[in-house]
Amino acid sequence: MISLALAYLRDRPLTTALNVLLLAIAVAMLVLLLQFGSQANERFERDARGVDLVVGSKGSPLQLILSSIFHVDQPTGNIPLSSLNLLRTDPAVARAVPLALGDNFEGYRIVGTDESFAALYGTEIAEGRTFDAPLEAVLGSKVAAETGADLGQKFIGSHGFGEDEEGEQGHDHAPFETVGILKPTGTVVDRLILTTYESVWDVHGIEHDHDHSDEGEAHDHGDEHGHDDDHNHSHDEADDHDHSTEDAVPTTELPDQPQRNSILQASGNGLEPELTALLVTYRNASGAIRIPAMVNRQTEMQSAVPATETARLLELMGASIDGIRIFAWLLAVTGGLAIFVALLNMARSREGDLALLRVMGASRVQVFATVIMEGVITAALGAGIGWLGAHTLIMAARQSFPTLADLGLQPWQPMPAEAGLLAAVLVIGILAALIPAMRVYRIDPARVLARN
Amino acid sequence: MQLAVQGVGLSYGGRRVLSDISFLLDARERVLLLGPSGSGKSSLLNIICGLQTPDEGSVSVGDAEVTKNGDAVRKRHMGIIFQTLRLVSALTVRANLLLAQRLQTGSTDAAYVDATLDRLGIADRAKARPFELSQGEAQRAAIARAVVVKPQILIADEPTSALDHANTESVAKLLMEAADDADATLLIATHDDRLKSHFARTLTLHEGRIEP
Repeated sequence: MISLALAYLRDRPLTTALNVLLLAIAVAMLVLLLQFGSQANERFERDARGVDLVVGSKGSPLQLILSSIFHVDQPTGNIPLSSLNLLRTDPAVARAVPLALGDNFEGYRIVGTDESFAALYGTEIAEGRTFDAPLEAVLGSKVAAETGADLGQKFIGSHGFGEDEEGEQGHDHAPFETVGILKPTGTVVDRLILTTYESVWDVHGIEHDHDHSDEGEAHDHGDEHGHDDDHNHSHDEADDHDHSTEDAVPTTELPDQPQRNSILQASGNGLEPELTALLVTYRNASGAIRIPAMVNRQTEMQSAVPATETARLLELMGASIDGIRIFAWLLAVTGGLAIFVALLNMARSREGDLALLRVMGASRVQVFATVIMEGVITAALGAGIGWLGAHTLIMAARQSFPTLADLGLQPWQPMPAEAGLLAAVLVIGILAALIPAMRVYRIDPARVLARN
Repeated sequence: MQLAVQGVGLSYGGRRVLSDISFLLDARERVLLLGPSGSGKSSLLNIICGLQTPDEGSVSVGDAEVTKNGDAVRKRHMGIIFQTLRLVSALTVRANLLLAQRLQTGSTDAAYVDATLDRLGIADRAKARPFELSQGEAQRAAIARAVVVKPQILIADEPTSALDHANTESVAKLLMEAADDADATLLIATHDDRLKSHFARTLTLHEGRIEP
């Protein structure tokens, strides 16, 4: 009976194709929503795990979270280096991870930080060792795989965050050396290049004290850095490259430029070492009450809670997503109605065929099943093509829109909810075929023969 | 296999369509049921095939009573050829024959299907769809569909009504041969008395009664 149902579907190819197309579009939209919603949520949770608070320059809290945790937006600006000490010495803070952003290599962000970053994300070295001295870099697994970079290789960072960002400048004077490659983590870290935050200052020609005594932290690198003891990076050669075109890197030559996008800040005495943001983990619950209030009221910085901002982001997206979801389900129901109309017409026009089938020995249940099968096959084709189309679209979108790749959207990651969706579409196919099938079930072959 | 019709009567819309119809067909017998339009031929055939239940009387094939278990008896013992409903429209001729085998016998015998098409002279139309066939080809295909299940009783309702004289002769001959091949009892209902010459026994139906 399946081959007979297929033959009937082939017998009216245009109607079948249109019904399949309607359902496929609906399924594709629903799968896309499911995939994007679920993967984005998962990714948000994974990347923000262990981070209770992000401290950064005043601006949009959402932007601060996006740039500091998910590494998909421009930073809000810079914060004083002293803020690291301020938070690390607070008894309610278990961990404060410094971030110094501003550069990229082939589109992968270079993150200046320290060893606390590895502790926060639980990273492990796959090859080589961790960064130790300025201009040593450890590559995330994805970066290493995509760029083909290997241990000992040198690379030059470019200013800004995009591979093809306008006005991008290469920091030729200060190449990084790859000293390690991380194991895959399934987080944003896989797409980052980690180095010391001092390296980021060095690259941009910012003078800084080597021991960072004002941080009050054990950042004594001693002689391990293998450069001048006083570590007074004057970087005269830095003057050779002109930052004047870099809107992201304000210098003394451009004092009115908004201070975004970089760890640099102009001052009367030149460039001062700064950070972009701090990722804070509380030691206890009291931190959640006191620290954000302290940061927001007593400093020039702002604090943002990842959970709150992520929820707000999802809420903002929620209304649109709900609208699209309703539209997609309406489309699926329309597909079901189209199948219903097609099968009802079929039940009328093929009355003779169906009577003949009964005469030939087909039972009422068999002719009923043939019609149900037509509905199910149409729905299954729509569901299958829609599912395949949605995942292919994700794959294509990942290649066309790097932000989606940055968010870690995986094209071929089936979800249990998809099985539920496909089952729901099959149920639509069965329901659409039910009334025509019951009509066929009741056919009286003798009466049809008499009419013929 | 013997076909016994015993005291069959049928009324429809207050009108008596069939009255006290009784006859017996022996195994492998060839019988023509002759009668004008409206004489009740089709109603009688429907009852014999188990597609319709009579108001009174019974029909049996061997020991199996058609009037009680029509679907099963028809499926197991009968091959039926209708005047208009010949083949399933969405399938090719060959696929129709295979489907008939599947439905009536539970299995398919492709070699027998091909041999039957060859014997009926439509092997070259095996892949054609029903709407691509001429009247003559379609009737041959319908005969093939009925005999391919190796029935013990072959029943045809007006098999020659749309055919010219040459095709009528040809179809009559084919039905005889098909019944011979299948070793089946043959019952043909028609108003076409040109077929009379092919049959040793004719039952004449007039106003719902078998004429003596």
